[in-house]
Amino acid sequence: MTDLLYSEEEEALRAAVRDLLTDHCDAPGVIARSESDTPHDLQLWKLLTDGMGLAGLLVPEDRGGQGATHREVAVVLEELGRAVAPVPYLTSAVVATEALLACDGSGELLTRLASGRTIGALAVPLHLAPGAAFPVVRLEDGVLHGELTGIADASAADVLLVPADDGGLYAVQADAVTVAPQVSLDLTRPVGRVVLQGAAGHRVGEAEPAVRRALRAAAGLLASEQLGLADWSLTETVRYLKERKQFNRPVGGFQALKHRLAQQWLEIVHLRAAARGAADALATGEDVDVSVAVAQAYAAPVAVRTAEEALQLHGGIGMTWEHPAHLYLKRAKADSIAYGTAGAHRAALAELVDLQAP
Amino acid sequence: MTDATELRRRTQELLAAYPPASTDRLDFLRARFDAGLAWVHYPEGLGGLGAPRSLQAVVDAELEAAGAPDNDPRRIGIGLGMAAPTILRYGTEEQKQRYLRPLWVGEEVWCQLFSEPGAGSDLAALGTRAVREGDDWIVNGQKVWTSSAHLARWAILIARTDPDVPKHQGITYFLCDMTDPGVEVRPLRQITGEAEFNEVFLTDVRIPDARRLGEVGDGWRVAQTTLNNERVAIGGMRLPREGGMIGPVSKTWRERPELRTHDLHQRLLKLWVEAEVARLTGERLRQQLVAGQPGPEGAGMKLAFARLNQEISGLEVELLGEEGLLYDDWTMRRPELVDFTGRDAGYRYLRSKGNSIEGGTSEILLNIVAERVLGLPAEPRTDKDVAWKDLAR
Repeated sequence: MTDLLYSEEEEALRAAVRDLLTDHCDAPGVIARSESDTPHDLQLWKLLTDGMGLAGLLVPEDRGGQGATHREVAVVLEELGRAVAPVPYLTSAVVATEALLACDGSGELLTRLASGRTIGALAVPLHLAPGAAFPVVRLEDGVLHGELTGIADASAADVLLVPADDGGLYAVQADAVTVAPQVSLDLTRPVGRVVLQGAAGHRVGEAEPAVRRALRAAAGLLASEQLGLADWSLTETVRYLKERKQFNRPVGGFQALKHRLAQQWLEIVHLRAAARGAADALATGEDVDVSVAVAQAYAAPVAVRTAEEALQLHGGIGMTWEHPAHLYLKRAKADSIAYGTAGAHRAALAELVDLQAP
Repeated sequence: MTDATELRRRTQELLAAYPPASTDRLDFLRARFDAGLAWVHYPEGLGGLGAPRSLQAVVDAELEAAGAPDNDPRRIGIGLGMAAPTILRYGTEEQKQRYLRPLWVGEEVWCQLFSEPGAGSDLAALGTRAVREGDDWIVNGQKVWTSSAHLARWAILIARTDPDVPKHQGITYFLCDMTDPGVEVRPLRQITGEAEFNEVFLTDVRIPDARRLGEVGDGWRVAQTTLNNERVAIGGMRLPREGGMIGPVSKTWRERPELRTHDLHQRLLKLWVEAEVARLTGERLRQQLVAGQPGPEGAGMKLAFARLNQEISGLEVELLGEEGLLYDDWTMRRPELVDFTGRDAGYRYLRSKGNSIEGGTSEILLNIVAERVLGLPAEPRTDKDVAWKDLAR
């Protein structure tokens, strides 16, 4: 039976990550950084990885990791979502790491990713769903040529994992390619363009299974990040509406608003079960495809709706650049496209549970 | 400490002394009650052993494997789910001894005389009067939406004993004999064509004071135990994937490709996902209870369950196209069991409309979540310090 709870160890991990984020990742800092030349907070990344070993959770101990599971990773992602932390955790410690775990030739690169001292990015556009076809670059005379867009956290990566037209997945050093940041809707997880002009790469394995595995884990665990986003949005909105007074009463006392907030709470309760279901399925390997598709088909609209409601219910202040509500809205909206839209996951379910299209 | 091993041993002892194959059904159930294996978390002597509630599953599994009869819990849901926990908490020793055994065995069916035509969401405004006369109370009034009243031997009843104090303070809780000549039960036909519910007219019904539950004027507090258990009972059923309302429509979709359209496909998939997530949420809630970490999540389960049942059954009627124009049978009947998923799609669609009304409307439940879970300010009260007799009506 699927274990949908949090263990004591998982709660302890959550508390440690939350403490660290409270001290080192406040909203004004995230807003200020988002428009700077270094949108990623690499100091925070060092604390999370060097300090706490979180980049290696999915990597076995004999390869330099922590030998934990997707359940613990999900808890970390909830907290990173709650803080919209601008660190390449999902892209490096989950997506690139999962891709390497599917490859025979990942060697010590996996160990370096597990330490967090090397940041990896899978060079597959962020919007693609687990089963989707993905673009490849040209392998010519042993070097790689081509251009890829929509690569999440590309500007933070030290190594890019690039699928090529021979079916292989290649590890390419970031300094061998040109990475041009794209102006992104979500400034805390920016996308970039990667241009390869005769870049040297090291073949680590087959691209197809690696990409499929990486995107499936990403889609399933993204639901936990979305849970964190939604949970912050509701908690902060409820707190504000208890304080904010208009018409000589707290705004949170008006029934029209109370009902909306109660509905959001109910959706988040459901999202938590869906996200835990997906994390547990990824950890045990049972019922993975359905659990991931269900979680992602459910999570994206809930996270977006909660962030949109947070903005609306904050009124004028919610529309300002200085208030953090927009960080959550932008991340939630970008997440609703990342690793496949809700519609793409429903389409996958139609096949998986035999509810065929007309 | 009663552990699983001990419970298994006691269950086997019961089965040896009363072999199900050669024992009368009621005799077996009585013996099970007396052995403390009816509801193991109840106290000794009242059908239980004071064991953790989660261990009931151990007993049930042993008995099921042995082919033992059960007490047909669906037929006596109000007794088991609402009357029993309230009697256990507030009853005198004598009341517990008298009522719990026949209630659990199913010899005596219970119903609930709470809602009135003028007191639905505002239940505390109820106007059924109970006036003291010697050792008895004389009750007059009208109750409504009463499931099983036509089958019931007993009712849990709340009535107004003091109209001169604010509404919550003047209510008293009684156990009412449904065979009293002053009790008249009339079927109340619903939009499904059936009369699953009744209206109950109480005319000079005489209730001995010994059948009062709790103190005079304390009935509202006593009723909270009943109402909290009702919400758990309605929202808390365990289901396999596609186990609820989504099952029949998914089956129709698979078996009848000629009915499929793109629009229906998108809506079906969306509801399928929501039904599966609701199922996981219910499962998570149960895991929390078993682990001894009850959370506030239960408050919302009925809300989700009601909305989903309504949307899914509505989709099913539409999917059926020409057949959706038909209805299986409008004949007025008085069913013994409440069945949400039985019969055809049209019935399911109409019956599910009650899900957001019965056991607390969805609007009231949203208030409860907003105030008790999120801690938002309560609705402004204009009735708090007003005597019941002076309320607007």
